[in-house]
Amino acid sequence: MKRFLGFVKKEFLHIFRDYRTLIILFGIPAAQIMIFGYVVSNDLKDAGVAFLDLSRDEVTQKLTDKICSSGFFRLTETLTSYNDIDKILKKGKTKAVIVFQKDFGRDLFAEGKTTMSVIADGSEPNMATLVTNYITAITTDFNIEQARAPGGAVSLISAQVRMFYNPSLQGHYMFVPGVITLIMILICALMTSVTITREKEFGTMEVLLVSPLRPTQIILGKVTPYFILSFINVIVILLLSWFVFGLPVKGSLVLLLAESMLYILMSLSLGILISTVSSTMQQAIFISMVGMMLPTILLSGFIYPIENMPWIYNWVSAIMPPRYFIIIIKDIMIKGTGFAYIWKETLILAFMTMVFIWLSIRNFRIRLH
Amino acid sequence: MRTILYLIRKEFLQIFRNKFIGRAIFGVPIIQMLILVPAVTFEMKNISLCIVDKDMTPESRGLISRLDGSTFFHYRYTTFSESQARQLMNANKCTLVLEIPRGFGKDTGNGIPGRIMASINAINSSTAQLTWAYLNGVLRDYNADIIRQNPGSLSGQPVPIIQVTNRYWYNEKLVYSHYMVPGILGILVTAIGFILAGLNMVREKEIGTIEQINVTPVRKYQFIISKMAPFLIIGLIDLALGMVLGKLFFKVPFEGSVALLFLCSTIFLIAILGFALFISTFAGTQQQFMFIAFFCMIIFILMSGIFTPLESMPGWAQRVDLVNPVAYIMRINRMVILKGSTISDISRDIWSLVAIAVSFTFFAVKRYRKTA
Repeated sequence: MKRFLGFVKKEFLHIFRDYRTLIILFGIPAAQIMIFGYVVSNDLKDAGVAFLDLSRDEVTQKLTDKICSSGFFRLTETLTSYNDIDKILKKGKTKAVIVFQKDFGRDLFAEGKTTMSVIADGSEPNMATLVTNYITAITTDFNIEQARAPGGAVSLISAQVRMFYNPSLQGHYMFVPGVITLIMILICALMTSVTITREKEFGTMEVLLVSPLRPTQIILGKVTPYFILSFINVIVILLLSWFVFGLPVKGSLVLLLAESMLYILMSLSLGILISTVSSTMQQAIFISMVGMMLPTILLSGFIYPIENMPWIYNWVSAIMPPRYFIIIIKDIMIKGTGFAYIWKETLILAFMTMVFIWLSIRNFRIRLH
Repeated sequence: MRTILYLIRKEFLQIFRNKFIGRAIFGVPIIQMLILVPAVTFEMKNISLCIVDKDMTPESRGLISRLDGSTFFHYRYTTFSESQARQLMNANKCTLVLEIPRGFGKDTGNGIPGRIMASINAINSSTAQLTWAYLNGVLRDYNADIIRQNPGSLSGQPVPIIQVTNRYWYNEKLVYSHYMVPGILGILVTAIGFILAGLNMVREKEIGTIEQINVTPVRKYQFIISKMAPFLIIGLIDLALGMVLGKLFFKVPFEGSVALLFLCSTIFLIAILGFALFISTFAGTQQQFMFIAFFCMIIFILMSGIFTPLESMPGWAQRVDLVNPVAYIMRINRMVILKGSTISDISRDIWSLVAIAVSFTFFAVKRYRKTA
């Protein structure tokens, strides 16, 4: 035990000696949470739209004003002919063109209905869906307003909505938990895999292996400092998201910290596994960054909900540990639910940790060759 | 010139000497592209629905079957207690709880507006808004049907209605893979070039071999060029492979000019590699470089406009994005591949990329010192 503690102390000295790494280690997660809490969002704001108004009457004028003053859209240009549509969409600043047919207002009152068309730039599907949905919603509002005017009828069934968990529809309710999950797994896996392969690449691993320390102790000694540092990191991030974004932990803080420990442990053992299969640092970094970054962003449900994916991805994403931690952290932080709701995810994470450790032990070579 | 060629040859030998890296630089992008592209979609389907029907009249059932019949909603649970519905939402079993109050059927029959209550899981604010929009769409149609079925029973004349028809140009069915193939390819090529080029440089420093180069007559710019060229070539090959596979597997249309796309990609890669070499001059060990690289990559990628719209970012972030090469290449790829934009449509983006590429490379050469 004394030997082991000495080894852990040596590892700590290694880390603290290099103040640059230390700054980066703490600065990066904090900076990223700050940046993404403010920057990344899916809400529509000031999207460029152009109008092709062939009717130019009172109704089209009112509707144009309503769309432009909604805050979601910004008028980029007023077109005069159909041929301009392609030209302006190709420039990319305009996301959609709204076309009012000739005699738009007259048809509306003479026939009781008329059609406006929205031509959206489909090369950006997210944007196109958002834009058309918002324009449809604004037009519906417009219809209702017009109907309420004297002489009109009322609409029959209307729904009231309650936005649960996030009443003001803020983007960081989704992005803060996502970024924590993403950063923790990548940083933990990177750190452990690199620190172990570094010893291998420089040949100092051989020195350690002939020392009286047992291989398990070596690995544990390497991982312990990072475990402690990562845990402090989680606390820093949670404090930041509370003070900066007003995102307090609604559920039990102890539970959240315990789950974070499990997640860190899982990420560290993943890092150990990566280090056992790679011989150089370059390789370890390649696996844990190029190999893991995109799948973690895309298949964890961080940005794209898993329910919307083709069914087979339910299974593909089942092997992605971040998927479970995102659920856990959202449940505890935002919904405030207890262990009863997340025991399944917790078990899966624990199971994954065990599998990673078992595979690492099997792959770990204690002999020189 | 011959010196550069020799140096480039040396780099290639060193890259491919590691069997894993040699295979992974071509294998990983291809595999990830094939797996990840079909997964990504913002299209909402099967929004799981929980109904609390306290009314149990033909009217309420009509509304429910209307919702169930639409492609967006999937009717999963039915319950009579609000707390149970709440529990289902807590357990992620449903996203939308719809409560139909007692008296709903009677009211609608009598011409009094019927009110229903929708609760949406809004942690993901954008899907919540879409869910709400879809629900409103279904209700709108349902209302229109009622009006059509009982003409005359309602007061006043018909309400004038403006309908909206949507058309999507360049990608009529809003196929996400057409949008994601260029995007994911761009990210993978960025990641590979950025990380490997930077690591390569720092590795020489860490092991000490850079000092051996420093004492040779190799000039600074020659050394930097020889560090960039191999990854430029690898990146372009990756891109070409990816485009061919994208065309084969995902049937991505290719509207614009291939030459233009590769011209832009070359400038983009030079910018990325220049940046990688620039920050590698600040790092003493591969570990340090890796952290800085991780930081920059995540920012470049999440701010590139591929996963979330650029327009949704605050103004200052959009200005920061002016130096983000990934944001430019995402836009250019999309415009050239899907819209067939010509060089004059994207000339501003190209010039900005050139400016970024030149300045990053210049700083990299400038910062690199041939002294120990």
